[in-house]
Amino acid sequence: MTAGPRPRHLLDFQDWTPERLNALLDNAETMLQVLDRPVKKVPALQGLTVCTAFFENSTRTRTSFELAARRMSADVVSFAAGSSSVSKGESLRDTIEVLTAYKVDAYVVRHHAAGAAHLVAKYSGKPVINAGDGRRAHPTQALLDAFTVRQEYGDLSGKKVTIIGDVRHSRVARSNAELLPKLGAEVVLCGPATLLPEGLAALPGVTLTTDPRQAVKGAHAVMALRLQQERMNGGYLASLQEYADTYQVNEGLMQHAESGAIVLHPGPMNRDLEISSEAADGPRSRILKQVENGQAVRMSVLYHLLVGRDQA
Amino acid sequence: MTLTITNIKRVGSDKTESVTIENGLIKGWNLPAEGQTIDGQGGTLAPALIELHAHLREPGQTEKEDLASGLAAAAAGGYGTVVCMPNTRPVIDDPALVRSLIEKADGLGFARLKPAAAVTRGEKGEHLTEMSYLKDAGAVMFTDDGLTNENARVLRLGMEYARSLNMVISVHAEDDALRAGGVMNEGAVSEELGLPGNPAAAAAARVARDMEIVALTGARLHVQHLSTARELDIVRDAKRRGLPVTCEVCPHHLDLTDESLRTFDAMYKVAPPLRTRQDADYLLEGLLDGSVDCIATDHAPHTRAEKERDLLEAPSGIAYIEIAFPIMWTRFGERLGLEKLLDLMTAGPARVMGWPLPSLEAGSPADVVVLDLDTEREVNPAEFRSKAKFTPWQGQMLKGWPLLTVVNGRVAYRREP
Repeated sequence: MTAGPRPRHLLDFQDWTPERLNALLDNAETMLQVLDRPVKKVPALQGLTVCTAFFENSTRTRTSFELAARRMSADVVSFAAGSSSVSKGESLRDTIEVLTAYKVDAYVVRHHAAGAAHLVAKYSGKPVINAGDGRRAHPTQALLDAFTVRQEYGDLSGKKVTIIGDVRHSRVARSNAELLPKLGAEVVLCGPATLLPEGLAALPGVTLTTDPRQAVKGAHAVMALRLQQERMNGGYLASLQEYADTYQVNEGLMQHAESGAIVLHPGPMNRDLEISSEAADGPRSRILKQVENGQAVRMSVLYHLLVGRDQA
Repeated sequence: MTLTITNIKRVGSDKTESVTIENGLIKGWNLPAEGQTIDGQGGTLAPALIELHAHLREPGQTEKEDLASGLAAAAAGGYGTVVCMPNTRPVIDDPALVRSLIEKADGLGFARLKPAAAVTRGEKGEHLTEMSYLKDAGAVMFTDDGLTNENARVLRLGMEYARSLNMVISVHAEDDALRAGGVMNEGAVSEELGLPGNPAAAAAARVARDMEIVALTGARLHVQHLSTARELDIVRDAKRRGLPVTCEVCPHHLDLTDESLRTFDAMYKVAPPLRTRQDADYLLEGLLDGSVDCIATDHAPHTRAEKERDLLEAPSGIAYIEIAFPIMWTRFGERLGLEKLLDLMTAGPARVMGWPLPSLEAGSPADVVVLDLDTEREVNPAEFRSKAKFTPWQGQMLKGWPLLTVVNGRVAYRREP
């Protein structure tokens, strides 16, 4: 079996073979050990400059990436474009060309538009890690989810992961639906019909249901997605109360999952809306573990994309 | 002024002939050469193409295109006549503006301009424009294209008024609420890419509504750029009912599909969006069986910077009037045949508008094109006369390039040897 050519970017999982993905997750174990040391730093990326270009706000994800890059000894520069720069009319291409002229070696990109990370890759010619583009993808989130499930069960093969909530607007759901089946897991996407686009059923290894009990049946991990409260205004939901009564991930729902099934959430949580506090803080919860794993996974991704590669 | 084009063939004939043009009319065939003589290089002489749907962006958006660049591009594409859309800044809703555009275009010597004017003032969908004055000024069609006629009652009134003037209204038929800001066709591809989808139902629902307004008013309606199978079925049904409806299909909706959006390149963002291969194939059937009346390009130039924005922000539109015939001939020439293809790009649009049918007989207006049907050339957008020097067909090998376009008896375009 071949791992295939080494991908230059992590934009989504299109070019990534299961072998590469497993190697990346294996390497994250090593990174996790680095994070347990008194001095949490390795020299792997010394002399390289990583730019976190966030066209959409996300303090948590950016912090996680910046810490990951710094722990690998990279220099980090952060570019935060408020929505104002959009209205000033500078194009994405102009922004990226300016940053590239500063001799940035790699980009971590967050943008409100699907495909923006692909455009950064095209315009910069540098390795790009997609830190979330619109509804499209958030691959490091999916990798850390996979890593967390793997940590629990040793292997993703034959495992069932159920994702519940606003699937329509979720890049986390899309990335997990793309990644987990590649690693042998089965993915069930669940949510109210207005937030569960049927087109996603075309993805291999993915099934859709609007019934949460059916969705969690046999699940080894259940992930609640963040519900943006403005979805109410978009007409997708009748009321938050009705949503919570039907789709909240709580102990009552988890009773229908595999015994010992874990609870995940990509954060930030709306407690007692999409997830009960009991479930978020209880023994099934791996939510803080996800955050910790996230840093190790991002270190591994940086390593995979940047070490031993000609930077020109 | 006299012009003789030698070494040409007529469609369906192998005979090498010549045609003489004098004072804007075809004087006759195979006469002794007189005046300026141009070697047609063995190309095929056809009536110049007619474009019913182009955005030339003048006035107000001349960074995207202007009359000179747009009409030169049209002439280079073999077009003799272009109907320009009124969604300019300001909107073409004023007779003086119509006159000034026609006058300016006439002085350029490229393709002939026939402006469409807005149905409603400022395309705001509220008050009708002064249609009779606009018609007198030279407007040939009414449309609020660019926008979508959300108010059915206003469209009804406009159609009643246009009917009394014996004028055609054309519609960009999409239900704006149903398309909901979607940037590509809604379906498995849009869901996989996480891009907001615009369902085929948004177009079909609006065409169905508009057919009822045609039935109500008896007015002539032209449905722009069909992109879905359902729209075609609805138009076919309306035609069977005897309603005075015509429709157009654009080459990009035949040759490109929503799969193109996998590149995340906003060059492929267009309204209505690129659909599925099944839709495209179905529309081609409509061209073959005569239920589609004509081909139009919806030439919609934008600046490169605008089209390099992300897919949510970039404006909609593809501009390719210069290569529309080569695209159609190369991709669909075998299926359609030359005669049918030319009909869809010459007589077809003329029938939609109620204009005299183009003819190559002596005494006919001398709007002609010489087409090189055989030589393959690479598409190089840097050579475009349009200001939009980029295209989805960049680098592709196409044949059917115009060698010479004559408009009103004068050379409007001649290919550099």
